[in-house]
Amino acid sequence: MAAVTENDGVMRAADGTPLKQALARATRMNKMRAFLLTTPLLAFILVSFILPIGLMLFRSISAPEVAEAFPKTLEVLKQWDGEGVPGEDIYATLAAEMSDRDNRFNLGKAGTRLNYMESGFRSLMNKTTRRIKRAEAPFKDAFIKIDKRWGEADTWKTIRQAGSPYTIRAYLNAIDLTQEPSGDIVAQPEVKQIYVTLFERTIWVSIGVTVACIALAYPISYLLATLPAGTANLLMIFVLLPFWTSLLVRTTSWIVLLQTNGVINDILVWIGIVGDDNRIQMIYNMTGTFIAMTHILLPFMVLPLYSVMKTIPKDHMRAARSLGANPAIAFMRIYMPQTVPGVGAGSILVFILAIGYYITPALVGGQDGQLISNIIEYHMKKSLNWSLAAALGGILLAGVLALYWLYNRIVGISNMKLG
Amino acid sequence: MKIVKPSSLLIAGLAAIGLTTAAHAADTITVVSWGGAYTNSQVKAYHEPWMAKTGNKINSEDYNGGLAEVRAQVEAGNVTWDLIDVELADAVRGCDEGILETLPLEELPAGADGTPAKDDFIAGTLHECAVGEIVWSTVYAYDKTKVAAAPTSLGDFFDLAKIPGKRGLRKTPKVNLEWALMADGVPADKVYEVLATPEGVDRAFAKLDTIKGDVVWWEAGAQPPQLLADGEVVMTSAYNGRLFNAIVNEKKPFDIVWDGQVWDIDLWVMPKGTKNKAAAWDFVKFSTDTQRLADQAKYISYGPVRKSSFAKVLPEMQPHMPTAPANFKNPLQNDFGFWADYGDELNERFNAWLAG
Repeated sequence: MAAVTENDGVMRAADGTPLKQALARATRMNKMRAFLLTTPLLAFILVSFILPIGLMLFRSISAPEVAEAFPKTLEVLKQWDGEGVPGEDIYATLAAEMSDRDNRFNLGKAGTRLNYMESGFRSLMNKTTRRIKRAEAPFKDAFIKIDKRWGEADTWKTIRQAGSPYTIRAYLNAIDLTQEPSGDIVAQPEVKQIYVTLFERTIWVSIGVTVACIALAYPISYLLATLPAGTANLLMIFVLLPFWTSLLVRTTSWIVLLQTNGVINDILVWIGIVGDDNRIQMIYNMTGTFIAMTHILLPFMVLPLYSVMKTIPKDHMRAARSLGANPAIAFMRIYMPQTVPGVGAGSILVFILAIGYYITPALVGGQDGQLISNIIEYHMKKSLNWSLAAALGGILLAGVLALYWLYNRIVGISNMKLG
Repeated sequence: MKIVKPSSLLIAGLAAIGLTTAAHAADTITVVSWGGAYTNSQVKAYHEPWMAKTGNKINSEDYNGGLAEVRAQVEAGNVTWDLIDVELADAVRGCDEGILETLPLEELPAGADGTPAKDDFIAGTLHECAVGEIVWSTVYAYDKTKVAAAPTSLGDFFDLAKIPGKRGLRKTPKVNLEWALMADGVPADKVYEVLATPEGVDRAFAKLDTIKGDVVWWEAGAQPPQLLADGEVVMTSAYNGRLFNAIVNEKKPFDIVWDGQVWDIDLWVMPKGTKNKAAAWDFVKFSTDTQRLADQAKYISYGPVRKSSFAKVLPEMQPHMPTAPANFKNPLQNDFGFWADYGDELNERFNAWLAG
């Protein structure tokens, strides 16, 4: 073991390494150990959160089906100038790829993908695949005989366009735009424009629900925070009990309450406020969505507000009063600013939850109470257009991130208090 | 090295988190159907006798239609459903996309009268990947106690002057667009021809516009009888078997209008890569023989797809069948080819129309 003999003004550890270096190494070891402790969590977040989101975003731009089904045709199509009808070689290549038995399931998927771009493509592909096997050269005439669409330049342009394995088509579609066979990006026909409207509606509903939650939760939380502990705990049950109840149960209860022959309408008729013939339509529309969502999200506002209010010393208000402020001024200038972190936390919770809501709108929304998540669910489960669903989800995610950024700029995320 | 597609990883991840059920024993199959009175009839007519005969177990699950779960399971390579009851359009599409097993149809048993299976099944009810079970119809029904003048035709559904009040319709363009055109005077055999033109679609939506403000949209098959019973609507479209259940078993004062019924078939399909293919196929063969199909019609008024089963259907059930001569006067068969092509576009437009 080397002794500490050199005398060059550098402090050394027992083994002769400079002290600074030894210290750095010890710190590094500590940091490493701390990091290792968090690896399970990191791995969990990576696998269950980051990876799925990444893959979802990948799916929104990936469209390999046509490229997988017709690699050779697309290769030949590259030489085509896009004028008039392509040459016989292209038709022959396509015929060969369509007749290939191993290619069968790729053909089905390619047909689905092409059908997203142009309705009727699925049956065109199926019909042609069935018949082209029996056809003989020249294939150009055979194709056009099967369906005259094969004689149109647009059909081939669509296939060429769909041949690229990556596309932003789903994103265009998600903001009501579309790409024509010529490559121009244009607005969807008016009868098919829906997503922008739904995004706007979702944002407005979420803002509305958040505001309603603040308005309702503020007095409740204030009451909870100022009442004696026994009473407050009792009241707290009323907040927590619905919070613990299943979402579906609460939504269905609202249907029972609000429907045309439901409890509320019956009471109103019995009192005589409304006639039996013109009962109020409170469900299967926006009103129903709004009421049920506000009720379901209310605890997410009450809890952070309450926990923040609980920590505000009562002395502050008394001090303000003793210095001459009237109750309203004291409340506005002393109490309210101190609850901002709670309002902020509650608002961001409620808003982000509201923006992704779909069960409640699906059940009580009717036709004008649907939100963007309902369409995402539809594309996931019914139309199987997963790339469009992913694109819509991607936009929603970007929106939430933008909101978070904005919140951080204005309120500061460090000011958020959840309890 | 086996290359794993990122998409299948995602789905595997999702499946690991939420979708997987416990591993099945070899003799347990998972059969998925639409729930409610319909699944009930299948359990009584197919599941229970099969379980008694073979000693195998059936795990019955409900779903709301569509191929999403099937596709997710197949792409993830983690198939937990063995047999699914689907509509024809989904059977064809799933087969084209390669997510369903092709089935050895020649092994299906002959009819009770000796007719080979391929002749005994009604034309179009056997498919490469699917074996038909039932014929069902979308019809509309009204509450007899709530309407002054009873509706008799499809036109009356769209006639707010004759029958005021809310109507229930399924939240999909399917059937609704066909009905709109038929109510607007298009004969049943011309409906899909007209609907394939942009003017035809405009015409159908224009007709739907006339009742848009008075429609309650439903999504699950159990909803419309409930809407009708709650008095939320005066009449509603529904699957005829669900209405049968409400009228006959629950004694509700409803009546069915058969005019313009849109009929379709339900079929068994197997997701590609099911681990219990042999048992599931045995169940398919068992459940679609002459006797079982006739038995099923004891519990719910969906018609069997085997010709040899008709004679065995109980006489008291006959008048409730969609295919009974008195009911089958102005029917329209749902055109799966049309919906495979135009479904995406019309759904998109329908959703936009609803939201607008």
